[in-house]
Amino acid sequence: MTSPSTPIVEIRNLFKSYLRSSQRVPVLEDITLDVADGEFLALMGPSGSGKSTLLNLIAGIDHPDSGLLRVGGVEVSALSEGELAAWRAAHVGFIFQFYNLIPVLTAFENVELPLLLTPLSRKERHEHVALALRLVSLEDRMDHRPGQLSGGQQQRVAIARALITDPTILVADEPTGDLDRESAEEVLGLMDRLNREFGKTVIMVTHDPRAAEKARVIRHLEKGLLNHVPA
Amino acid sequence: MIPLYYSLRNLWTRRLTTALTVVGMALVVFVFAATLMLVEGLQQTLVDTGSPENMVLIRKGSETEVQSGIDRDAAAILASQPEVAIGGDGQPLFARESVVLINLAKRGSDEEANVIIRGIGPASLALRPQVRLVEGRMPRPGAAEIVAGASIARRFRGAALGESVRFGMRDWQVVGVFDAGATGFSSEIWGDVDQLMQAFRRPVYSSVVFRLRDPGAFAGYKERIETDPRLTVVAKREIQFYADQSAAMGTFLRILGTTLTLIFSVGAVIGAMITMYAAVAGRITEIGILRSLGFGRGSILLAFVAESLLLGLLGGLAGLFFASFMQLITISTMNWQTFAELAFGFSLTFGIALKCLAFALVMGLSGGLLPALRAARMNLVEALRAA
Repeated sequence: MTSPSTPIVEIRNLFKSYLRSSQRVPVLEDITLDVADGEFLALMGPSGSGKSTLLNLIAGIDHPDSGLLRVGGVEVSALSEGELAAWRAAHVGFIFQFYNLIPVLTAFENVELPLLLTPLSRKERHEHVALALRLVSLEDRMDHRPGQLSGGQQQRVAIARALITDPTILVADEPTGDLDRESAEEVLGLMDRLNREFGKTVIMVTHDPRAAEKARVIRHLEKGLLNHVPA
Repeated sequence: MIPLYYSLRNLWTRRLTTALTVVGMALVVFVFAATLMLVEGLQQTLVDTGSPENMVLIRKGSETEVQSGIDRDAAAILASQPEVAIGGDGQPLFARESVVLINLAKRGSDEEANVIIRGIGPASLALRPQVRLVEGRMPRPGAAEIVAGASIARRFRGAALGESVRFGMRDWQVVGVFDAGATGFSSEIWGDVDQLMQAFRRPVYSSVVFRLRDPGAFAGYKERIETDPRLTVVAKREIQFYADQSAAMGTFLRILGTTLTLIFSVGAVIGAMITMYAAVAGRITEIGILRSLGFGRGSILLAFVAESLLLGLLGGLAGLFFASFMQLITISTMNWQTFAELAFGFSLTFGIALKCLAFALVMGLSGGLLPALRAARMNLVEALRAA
């Protein structure tokens, strides 16, 4: 693992633009950011400020136009598409706004999904999934499909799925955006616990000031530029 | 690899669409299977009609007994050959036969069809162990009596036991019914060869049939007889003789069936394609999730191809299931090579089942490949944004 002094995420002079009706629209301009190992970072900002794009770049879903992006010592921006997929499977845990569980799979199977890309045996997978579901207090709902679970429960299944491969970083895009207050509290409490007890690095994009309160560092993005605000 | 149950459950989740697509494919497989089963049934019927140790001789240049003629002198020469086996009664297993086509009306309608009347000799029955008398008795020599094949007795007016049929300006009493299983003989009427030749004013036999004393002697016998200057005959094993008669009809049925199947299958493939495109369009986010979790484009492609292959497999199994009931049906139609009515069934074999399933899988694959490629090529960022 990296020593406490080296950041787990290193971003230097990162640029990203999108082509919209043959016009280049800059989304991120000259972003430089370090995220320390074990940090809980909230990225805030208005819609269209580029925070989700930045999260996608860190998570290896998208490619930057230029600049350096290193996660856990791996230069993500230099990986090919196939390498990137394998890297995501091993190093990134995703939590989405709309939970994004596979509707035809049970809670158990949804959590198991990332493990199908690992060499673990069926028995080992079963043990891991049971443990993860216990962590999010849903061990009694493992045979339920997403449609049979509340929003908060679905998001907890999603968190279990994000955790299951013991990833280097957890990325969350508006994880409470679709939840009522009580469920949002539960989910945030869980993420806080993952960060404090298990030392997981969490990078969360949010609009919600209450969610951002849980973070230890808050960064604001505005029109593709980062502002530093200590939490 | 994305597990197979993912594809299966998606099919189950949209079961109405799945069922409709499967029905479309099943119909095509049904037509395909029925055609193959029909050709198979026809061939089995005609091949089973012959016995491997029997020889049939007809006039050189003719393909069927109806076109053939063997005069009495030639028949006498053939009867005295050393290759002819001797039966239990000390008589040679050698039969002079005549074959004539007559028109008979079907029961319950005025429709007429050609039926083979076979004039038989004393050894004819012994030469065909597959022919079994089930009702009445065999015709007495010299009498205007006939026995009818079970299929003829059932379907033609006047052909049942105790009834009579008029042809050759005489009334012929049906004194027996024989069952020859699923062979061509079941579609024939038999009577004494001399009586029949008189009635039809025919001076020559149509064919001679005999059992080889030693089945291995076939090649030598054929060579000698066919080059004998006194004779103008061609010798075939009986089994080959009847197989040749099914060739043209089999080919015709096969071409007809394949053409129909191909036309229908275009519709079914388009149906499957629409289903799969809709499935991909409805699961864009899901594809994004799977990709973000680390599943590659190949895995996505395979998952959707598996889904369409499963559709094809279900269609194939359903089509085969319904086609298997066709075995209960007997078809009677004109065999254009003999111009006679022939009854035969649909026969489902393991090979046909395999062909049908392979065909169904190819249909599934053809319908699913383009949609699966679209799913696999989807841009990850855009797929996730579709949420």
